[in-house]
Amino acid sequence: MSESSIGRVVEEVAREFGRERWRLMDIARGVQQRLGCVNSQAMDAIASWLNISRVEVEGFVTFYSFLSKEPKGRIVIRLCDDVIDQMAGYEEVRRGFEAALGISLGQTTPDGAFTLERTACIGMCDQGPAALVNDVVVTNLSSDKARNIVRSLRENPRPERLVQRFGSGNNAHPLVRSMVENNIRKAGPIVFSEQARGEAIRKAVAIRPAEVIRAIKTARLRGRGGAGFPAGMKWEFARAAEGSPKYVICNADEGEPGTFKDRVLLTEMPDRVFAGLTIAGYAIGASEGIVYLRAEYAYLRRYLEHILDRRRADGLLGQKICGKAGFNFDIRIQMGAGAYICGEETALINSCEGRRGEPRTRPPFPAQRGYLDCPTVVNNVETLACVTRIMEAGPATFCEHGTPQSSGTKLLSVSGDCSLPGVYEVPMGITLRDVLEMCGADEAAAVQVGGPSREMVGPAQYGRTIDYDDLATGGAVLVFGPDRSIPKIVSAFMDFFVHESCGECTPCRVGTRLIKEQIDRILAGRGEPKDIDELLQLGETIKQTSRCGLGQASPNPVLMTIKGFRHVYEELVSPDPHGYQRSFDLTESVREAERIAGRRSIHHREVRT
Amino acid sequence: MSEIVTFTIDGRRISAEAGQTILAAAQACGIYIPRLCHKDGLTPVGGCRVCTVRVNGRPASACTQPVAAGIVVDNDTEELRSWRRQIVEMLFVEGNHFCMFCEKSGNCELQALAYRFGITAPRYPYLWPKRDVDASHPDIILDRNRCIMCGRCERTSRDLDGKSVFGFVERGIHKTLAVNADARLADTDLDLTDQAVNACPVGAILKKRTAYRTPVGQRQFDREPIGTSVETRAKLTIDGGEPR
Amino acid sequence: MSKPRLATCSLAGCFGCHMSILDIDERILELAEVIQFHKSPITDIKTFTEHCRIGLVEGGCANEENVEVLRAFRRNCDILVSMGDCATMGGIPALRNFVEIEECLREAYVDGPSTHNPDGVIPRDIELPLLLDKVRPAHEVVRMDYFLPGCPPSADTIWAAVTALLSESPVDLPYPLVKYD
Repeated sequence: MSESSIGRVVEEVAREFGRERWRLMDIARGVQQRLGCVNSQAMDAIASWLNISRVEVEGFVTFYSFLSKEPKGRIVIRLCDDVIDQMAGYEEVRRGFEAALGISLGQTTPDGAFTLERTACIGMCDQGPAALVNDVVVTNLSSDKARNIVRSLRENPRPERLVQRFGSGNNAHPLVRSMVENNIRKAGPIVFSEQARGEAIRKAVAIRPAEVIRAIKTARLRGRGGAGFPAGMKWEFARAAEGSPKYVICNADEGEPGTFKDRVLLTEMPDRVFAGLTIAGYAIGASEGIVYLRAEYAYLRRYLEHILDRRRADGLLGQKICGKAGFNFDIRIQMGAGAYICGEETALINSCEGRRGEPRTRPPFPAQRGYLDCPTVVNNVETLACVTRIMEAGPATFCEHGTPQSSGTKLLSVSGDCSLPGVYEVPMGITLRDVLEMCGADEAAAVQVGGPSREMVGPAQYGRTIDYDDLATGGAVLVFGPDRSIPKIVSAFMDFFVHESCGECTPCRVGTRLIKEQIDRILAGRGEPKDIDELLQLGETIKQTSRCGLGQASPNPVLMTIKGFRHVYEELVSPDPHGYQRSFDLTESVREAERIAGRRSIHHREVRT
Repeated sequence: MSEIVTFTIDGRRISAEAGQTILAAAQACGIYIPRLCHKDGLTPVGGCRVCTVRVNGRPASACTQPVAAGIVVDNDTEELRSWRRQIVEMLFVEGNHFCMFCEKSGNCELQALAYRFGITAPRYPYLWPKRDVDASHPDIILDRNRCIMCGRCERTSRDLDGKSVFGFVERGIHKTLAVNADARLADTDLDLTDQAVNACPVGAILKKRTAYRTPVGQRQFDREPIGTSVETRAKLTIDGGEPR
Repeated sequence: MSKPRLATCSLAGCFGCHMSILDIDERILELAEVIQFHKSPITDIKTFTEHCRIGLVEGGCANEENVEVLRAFRRNCDILVSMGDCATMGGIPALRNFVEIEECLREAYVDGPSTHNPDGVIPRDIELPLLLDKVRPAHEVVRMDYFLPGCPPSADTIWAAVTALLSESPVDLPYPLVKYD
């Protein structure tokens, strides 16, 4: 394609979004869709359209997994490689795709029809192995299904045709038409209770914003993303902060491997989430709300837009909401482009502004200076659903569930070695044992609560509780049976952190890679006893010195499992009697030279005692 | 006149202006807090983490953390020295640092910190990344092997030169310094007189035809550890009895 | 009681560090009073016949022979010291770590501008040790006890290290002696 025609495509895409810098994400996504890449000429054209430097555009495009400088195939198959999908047969599926396509992972077919890639967790651990075929989710894959998918795409290159049977609930909605299953195993009294559309907002606007905040504080609602910051306090800071306009953002970028409850919530309870965002807007004095939707959930977008339209038609968004003079509020969806770090609220804000998803320096906090330097509140999807329920039923009803420090219920995304993976709404304070019993995980040898960022616990600790005082979690519960290798799981987790580090700070950028390599050496039988303590020291340094929560949490897989399961590491390591480094593999190191020389190395004759 | 607050660093009481960073306040009192990605005059970002201190027990980057009345800052403790050593060692194995022929040797802040910390060899295995050298510009050379991702060039070019010659692409361990052109530094508007040319703490950005002019033994960090000027400046002030 | 023995070797290095040993000048006589040089290019002793107290290792590991020698040093010396930048970080030989081995060999034996090799054969004689995939610092191959960076480390640095070790003290170099160039 010539430079001028690329320029035309960029302009066609960009015209829809205007020339504000914060539209860079939408423009880049649009160009990627049209051209299969954002190449050099396209970057130049975008830079001049937005009047920003080209290197900023390049920095942006290369930051996100779903954008690329190099041309991708017309159909991009993104195979989810998180640890649960690996347990479910990822390798076989990968080989199936590779054989059918005649390419390896990371490559594009010569005819430009297909690209096969790996991707981090796409939120389908309860129905893996799963993949994205462009925006279309395919689940429960096998090697055979992989071949069939390729065959039918070759016959008809429209990925939506791959969906033969729709999943449960709104997955069958005409605007979703997805094979994804909800797998709601336990609907609790808060998030999944009967909805009364509009009621929460009517009740909220009937009282003053300060009273809404007081109700949230009375309910002792804490952030459901996992960090547990009191929601009311966050709102109060933003309300009190100087500056306008103010913004509320719904963080729908759940990316912690093993987490998928927000996907189900957005599928089945979008009104409740949007109502919560609207109430948050009323409480802090915002007139605009943004839903930052992860790229992996793009298949829900049209449906969510439709729900927003319906809310506008019903007077639940727009001017004078529920007749309240002066309360004007609307919501727009901002798509992400594949970056786990954007679940961190300041990185998310940067992403919304069309920047690399690097966390910001704090202070200032978002409540003081967030999106476009204005006071901003970022809340998790589930937190907002709780807000709506608190307004509907009152704080007291909310507090009937859970514990004094952790009121309400918690959504859990359960996956792995259990018979009933899916979403569970449980009261805060529930024991892990009760959760495992519910999901049919009789043989659980280890459970990762909260995903890779959090804690792995063994059977002796199944009496611990899921709440902010003990096992704080964004909701991921990954169950591992007795046959699973813990260091292998840790290696997969570290792979994830290496892949998702933004690279801004040294300990996370370099340290995660060093940990990953050390773990892999231990797994290969090349570890020494001292390596375990060195891993602990390195992990501790990364945890203490990293710039943001991702970096600080990234060594947790190693730190937590050495703490709780040290013996599994000790079984893999041994000292070298001569003081040779076991990490050095002479046989491997001379392999290439042997091939070139066509003879074997003399060291094979060396007798090791 | 802004408000004056007092707090302690390593048990020593010092005063600072509210809004100052811990690093700047410490420096004004003759306490050197090691740093790489921060340079006086630039907006701090807290990226390299070498300036990590404990503030009321919690780790924070001194270059970004504002002072507050009564805070207790730990700076020169064995634990913090150990973290800083490890971070510097990470930077050494992350890039390709051949000090023995580097034009910046003796004046390099990364090397100087390693000297100050008494590092004789990094404990981590070398990663040997493949990185390239851009010698296209007539007056300036860009050697990415030596880049430590501090971003000083990016901020200097953008905020002081008003140009945005530099930026970063990719993410994580693949993060790379890029220039505001399709590929070559020569195709940017970088000028020899730009402040960005002097912003690099290591030998990644250098002026051509200026190398090795100072004999070994007389270079900036040959005699004195990095930070000495901060420490002695304050000492002189105290010894001279001058009110600050 | 016999004098403690000292061994030295140059692996993938340039012998510059050995020149620096000689640079201790007349102090070498002092040294000879208290130690006995064993396997070393200085003595031309080729194999270990006795256990040594100190081994000074110049150079990193570029090939299988370097590995074999270094391992022998580890087995036969109580204390192993990486001497110089090549031993501590790979040094100049490690510049080939960014080039495929085959390309290195072709450049050296076939394609180099001063090379005459009409058959285009890369020699494979058993006397030519096979290259490792990467040049590695000594401590990535065996455990090393101390590091003397520098290209080369100054004579004073080497002197400080050896005298410290002979007096059974740990090597703790003062600021002016830690130099990477």
